[in-house]
Amino acid sequence: MIASITLKDGLATKSGLEAASYAVALAKAEGKEAVAVVCGPLNGDGGLGATGITKVLHHADELHDSGQIAKLVAAAAAGSNVVLAHDAVGRAVAPAVAVHLNAGLVSGVTALPESGAVRRNVFSGKAMADVEVSTAQAVYTVTPNTFPVATGGGEAAVEAFSAEVGEARVKVKAFHASSTDGQVPLPEAELVVSAGRGLKGPENWGIVEDLASALGATTACSRPVADIGWRPHHEHVGQTGVAIRPNLYIAAGISGAIQHLAGVNQSKVIVVINTDPEAPFFKAADYGIVGDAFEVLPKLTAAVKALDA
Amino acid sequence: MNILVCISQAPDTTSRIAFTNGDTEFDTNGVQFIVNPYDEWYALVRALELKEAGGGTVTTLTIGDASTDPVIRKALAIGADAAVRVDFKPTDSMQTARLIAAHAEGKGYDLILCGKETIDYNGSMVPGMVAALLDLPYVALGTKLEVAGGVATVMREVTGGEEEVEVALPAVVSAAKGMAEQRIPNMRGIMSARTKPLQVEEGTADAATNVRTFTLPGAKGSCKLVPADQAEELIRLLREEAKVI
Repeated sequence: MIASITLKDGLATKSGLEAASYAVALAKAEGKEAVAVVCGPLNGDGGLGATGITKVLHHADELHDSGQIAKLVAAAAAGSNVVLAHDAVGRAVAPAVAVHLNAGLVSGVTALPESGAVRRNVFSGKAMADVEVSTAQAVYTVTPNTFPVATGGGEAAVEAFSAEVGEARVKVKAFHASSTDGQVPLPEAELVVSAGRGLKGPENWGIVEDLASALGATTACSRPVADIGWRPHHEHVGQTGVAIRPNLYIAAGISGAIQHLAGVNQSKVIVVINTDPEAPFFKAADYGIVGDAFEVLPKLTAAVKALDA
Repeated sequence: MNILVCISQAPDTTSRIAFTNGDTEFDTNGVQFIVNPYDEWYALVRALELKEAGGGTVTTLTIGDASTDPVIRKALAIGADAAVRVDFKPTDSMQTARLIAAHAEGKGYDLILCGKETIDYNGSMVPGMVAALLDLPYVALGTKLEVAGGVATVMREVTGGEEEVEVALPAVVSAAKGMAEQRIPNMRGIMSARTKPLQVEEGTADAATNVRTFTLPGAKGSCKLVPADQAEELIRLLREEAKVI
């Protein structure tokens, strides 16, 4: 079992640790060991041993071209199944790995395979599919925030690894951090506070940000709000935006159109705050407050702060 | 510049999802199909903008049976010059990618643009497979795309922000929100779409995966309402009952 893991500052990312844990669980079921392959600066074992990974194959050069990373992973994977995170890197690398290995690919899995089929979300979260792989090898990408990070493993052995990956054809010129820097990126976020047109204008987002900051949550928004430019596009959650599955999703001033629900209905707990008791979102919610976001949100913020006081 | 835009059909975003044939097939009964939004709003429109600025052609490619012809005509009405349909109903992303690659091989396209994913199967894997099959460079999740002197400059989504990358053409790029704005076809476009070429090709490819069954999520329990003047009670419930904070 090979897990392809993205590093940040020498350590595996959170979705990388989840993918590693998935690979460890898969390997255990087959009586095998799980090995990670990484590239670029590595700090210790990258935090991967704790998940149960026994060996880390380390390619010293940092690679940014998904085509090169795929060649590295395919070279490491000879005969093994491959697991990646379903994040920006994994989504670009996995399809090329599948082509190189002539392997069936199941992307965005949400659970371990059970009796020969593995579950993933389809129709933007409105349904699930159990998928069978008909090839000898399989490639899986794991949806962030669905598979818990395993702990209690030891220290993984780090081994230098190189493969013929060719020249970089995609060259990185610049990185622009999103304005919500410091927040957990939306696909990985466990807590999300979101708001829509009910907030009446971009100048009113302070109360949303205050609650998010008190909770340590990531901010999000509905599509209309991103389309009219009140909030940046990367905050748009829903069918044509980011699909998320946090532990807690708080939505203020969002009516809950079917396209919005599609992107958020996998959240473990949904809280809806809306002045309209008939808002369709209440039907999908676990908790609701019929009330004005301008009054309710500051109260919630104060209550959160009181918890930790 | 000659651009190939891969177009898929998808159920309208308001569709109720149901399954048939022992929960092994999507029930298309009463479902309105649209051009997959990522293919239409971003990939196709950006391709048209690049053509309008620098000349060339925009061809669409669809893998599907004749039931996909209406969405292909829609893409032609928006402004594509010509369309190709490979007459095959795929069940797996590898099949779709192999048929796209087989069509594109040797045609000399400078750029292959795809939506980042379809809103039905959400795999987001086809464009990356096409790039690997054709041994072309691949940039996923592009939110901006400029082309000058045979080099594409793409802004792509990465964890925590965006990266500006350069890639020499030919290349495969997948389009995410931001790359372009939706265009509504005008009457002239709709009329001319009827006479634009829609070429049908034969093709077949093996799948590497298959769906055993589809399942709908279980019904949600009822919503517990908290009075607005006791908003702090909600925070207590989230900590003590739901245990999420």
